[in-house]
Amino acid sequence: MSDKHLDALEAQSIDILREAYAEAEKPVMLYSIGKDSSVMLHLAIKAFYPAPLPFPLLHVDTGWKFREMIAFRDAIAAAHRLRMIVYSNADGVARGINPFTHGSSVHTAVMKTEALRQALALYRFDLAFGGARRDEEKSRAKERIFSFRNAEHRWDPKQQRPELWNLYNARKHRGESIRVFPLSNWTELDIWHYIGAERIPTVPLYFSAPRPVVERDGQLIVVDDERMPLRLHEAPQMKNVRFRTLGCYPLTGAVLSDAATLPDVIHEMRLARTSERGGRLIDSDAAASMERKKREGYF
Amino acid sequence: MNKRIDAVQGAAEAPEASAHGGGLLRFITCGSVDDGKSTLLGRLLYDASTLKEDQLAVLAADSSRIGTQGSRLDFALLVDGLAAEREQGITIDVAYRFFATKRRTFIAADTPGHEQYTRNMITGASTADAAVVLIDATKGMLKQTRRHSFLVSLVGIRNIVLAVNKMDLAGYSHELFRDIASQYAGFAAHLGFDSLAAIPLSALDGDNVHTRSASMRWYQGPTLLDWLETVPVHDERLRMLPLRFPVQWVNRPSPDFRGFAGTVASGCMRPGDRVRIQPSGAETFIKRIVRKGGDMPAAFAGDAVTVVLGDEVDVSRGDFLSALDAPATVADQFEARVVWMSDDPLYPSRPYWLKSGRRTVNARVTRIKHRIDINTMASVPATRLELNAVGLCNIGTDQPLSFDPYEENAATGCFILIDRLTNATVGAGMISFGLGRAQHVHPQRFTVDKAARAALNAQKPCLLWFTGLSGSGKSTIANLLEQRLHHEGYRTYLLDGDNLRGGLNRDLGFTEADRIENVRRVAEVGRMMVDAGLIVITTLISPFRADRDAARGRFSPGEFYEVYIDTPLEVCEARDPKGLYKKARAGQIRNFTGLDSPYVAPESPDIRVGMQDASVEDAVERLYAFVVGRQTASDNAAAK
Repeated sequence: MSDKHLDALEAQSIDILREAYAEAEKPVMLYSIGKDSSVMLHLAIKAFYPAPLPFPLLHVDTGWKFREMIAFRDAIAAAHRLRMIVYSNADGVARGINPFTHGSSVHTAVMKTEALRQALALYRFDLAFGGARRDEEKSRAKERIFSFRNAEHRWDPKQQRPELWNLYNARKHRGESIRVFPLSNWTELDIWHYIGAERIPTVPLYFSAPRPVVERDGQLIVVDDERMPLRLHEAPQMKNVRFRTLGCYPLTGAVLSDAATLPDVIHEMRLARTSERGGRLIDSDAAASMERKKREGYF
Repeated sequence: MNKRIDAVQGAAEAPEASAHGGGLLRFITCGSVDDGKSTLLGRLLYDASTLKEDQLAVLAADSSRIGTQGSRLDFALLVDGLAAEREQGITIDVAYRFFATKRRTFIAADTPGHEQYTRNMITGASTADAAVVLIDATKGMLKQTRRHSFLVSLVGIRNIVLAVNKMDLAGYSHELFRDIASQYAGFAAHLGFDSLAAIPLSALDGDNVHTRSASMRWYQGPTLLDWLETVPVHDERLRMLPLRFPVQWVNRPSPDFRGFAGTVASGCMRPGDRVRIQPSGAETFIKRIVRKGGDMPAAFAGDAVTVVLGDEVDVSRGDFLSALDAPATVADQFEARVVWMSDDPLYPSRPYWLKSGRRTVNARVTRIKHRIDINTMASVPATRLELNAVGLCNIGTDQPLSFDPYEENAATGCFILIDRLTNATVGAGMISFGLGRAQHVHPQRFTVDKAARAALNAQKPCLLWFTGLSGSGKSTIANLLEQRLHHEGYRTYLLDGDNLRGGLNRDLGFTEADRIENVRRVAEVGRMMVDAGLIVITTLISPFRADRDAARGRFSPGEFYEVYIDTPLEVCEARDPKGLYKKARAGQIRNFTGLDSPYVAPESPDIRVGMQDASVEDAVERLYAFVVGRQTASDNAAAK
């Protein structure tokens, strides 16, 4: 990957971050702790340098993230002196919503989508940055860089605003909001090349290590804590695994891998025969699943 | 990127690693409905081995469930990612897909063919370097082929490949291909393309997409992929142009640092270079080019940087830093080609937001010179632009704008128009040139101003804008209100719609365009009267919210009040004081508001007069109290 290609991607993302910030009243950056969020945060720090990051980060915590993710989040927030808002859907917590008893779609709807809508409404954020990329999934391939949401946080894919040149339209009425995707034109490979070139810290779960796993419904699930109820005949085994994408641990499949360094990971990705989100159980819930979740307010 | 390390060298043996010598190509697929655009792009992705096993498994399952190709893979399902698209087997919005070969990386935009979704096609075209125009060999050139080719040319794409698709259904006929290619070349001769190639192919079978077709040995030219890998990209061109740096954001973290963040639109700059700030015209020089990790010795078109200037000069978001010897045009009037993208037509003199560079201003189309007929390319007269129309227009803005002609510098010559009510992006524009006369009209500032005149009158001037159906009682109530105010010593004037049509607006009829102009004139006269220190009442039906809001936009906060005379249509028609409803029902009057022309009621008028008022006198008293209340309210309260 040439530096020129990464330079161009970086410049476009910085341009988007600045433009959105200049047009917003109260922006926030959605921070999911994953590799894309790490790159987006790195770009934002560059975009506003030497000023400190002029907006807070928001992490919607479902309560089921890997422990290493939470530790990484807190370390990054401290290192960069970031304003990190951690929000959980208190109602969902009180109802004991979890991926095991309620299934992935209820868990995601209540603890992610609904929680995000609550947080955006509570803090009255009118613009939210997200790290989604167009190469991830086919409904994301259709989304604008500046994506309008109505007062109910809904996306209407049939009525997207035309988006010409780099003239982004961020105008909206009170209560409506804009989601902005600075990484729209990055691919998974670009992300890893950039992480390597810029030495961006990432959660160690992306790299191979012996971890306790059980095989369930065709996926390798890492038993991250004692809350995971084991089925009959299920016994965690230590295997060398890593993750291509990170979410709630019960809903994110690991891959068998010995790739413990960045060059190993990139090499493995080039030869990979499955796509990045193949390990995300929430995507395969129903046909056009991502689009449906996005329409309801998911990132 | 300075200080980058080669952490990724370990992957060098992988196939794409040497890939990027040819740089990045952004291209679109376009053409008419069902010409096979999505199928072609899906085929390119499939042949480039971009797809992973799980994605292929989904494709196979989708193809047998909802595919349109029988037992074969339906490649269109790879790019038609929205539920509505897959249901209907059409493309609604542009999809961006990424793939790489040994020679280049590609961002492909698959654009919709339906005329209804032209706005999404032009969204994809505006950022593309090249275009693949598809034609179904069995159908030949269609209206949408022409429209898309014209739009592609308009946004400045200069390299075109004509993909004559579905050759398998046309018996691989060399003659048919030659006819279509020459017919298209004839049409495209006026579109200013630098290069035009024609390739016969079958997207479904992959003939001449990645691999040469065994069924068309008569074709010796490149495959589509060959063409895409070798078509020239002029990414150096912007660097050769004079410096344009639109300021995006002023970075002031502390009293010691004041930087101007932005992306270099064209040209280059180095510390020490003298620059002109536009539109103000002030001169200064580049002191530093700041980036995290160390200052840069130079910045070029496309670089996102932060600049520190040599002098303490006034620079804000939207201003340009430009080459001293070759600055941008500064004008508040210019000529531009406008592509209209809204169901609501464009009318001259209706106000819109205009965003260009990093600045958003108030703008209106002052004149539509002509519309371009996409079938014949002829210029035809037009009083408005309908959805998907392209017109040559004069545009005026409320403050001067810095720009270049689009043909010289696309980065600083484009703009969008935004609807002021819905905030939708409704128009796309490409500037031809500034209109000279704007540079010779300078507003004069006079010493006796609005505040001085108001003080002499001992009153706070304001305007009450009455709106409502014909026969709703606007004139009656306005007349009583003015009497009451006059009696109490206020200086007033009443601008009555019907009376003005006898004089100032004698040349206007009742078409939508004329009504808009009627409202504009009355609002402007009203504004002058408020400036003169008077309390003004206007009585016009003024049926469109957009125009009433535009009228409000001419006034300062606390000067304009919308009064909605909310009388139901049945009551107005029963009263019919001028016998107009009767005539309209008899077909003697056309475009009559409430009958065959719409009335868009105010959503939140400042005052509503209607059922809650026991009598006309009560309504007048309530309005009078409102005006008097404004007289004593503080400016702050009035502003809310």
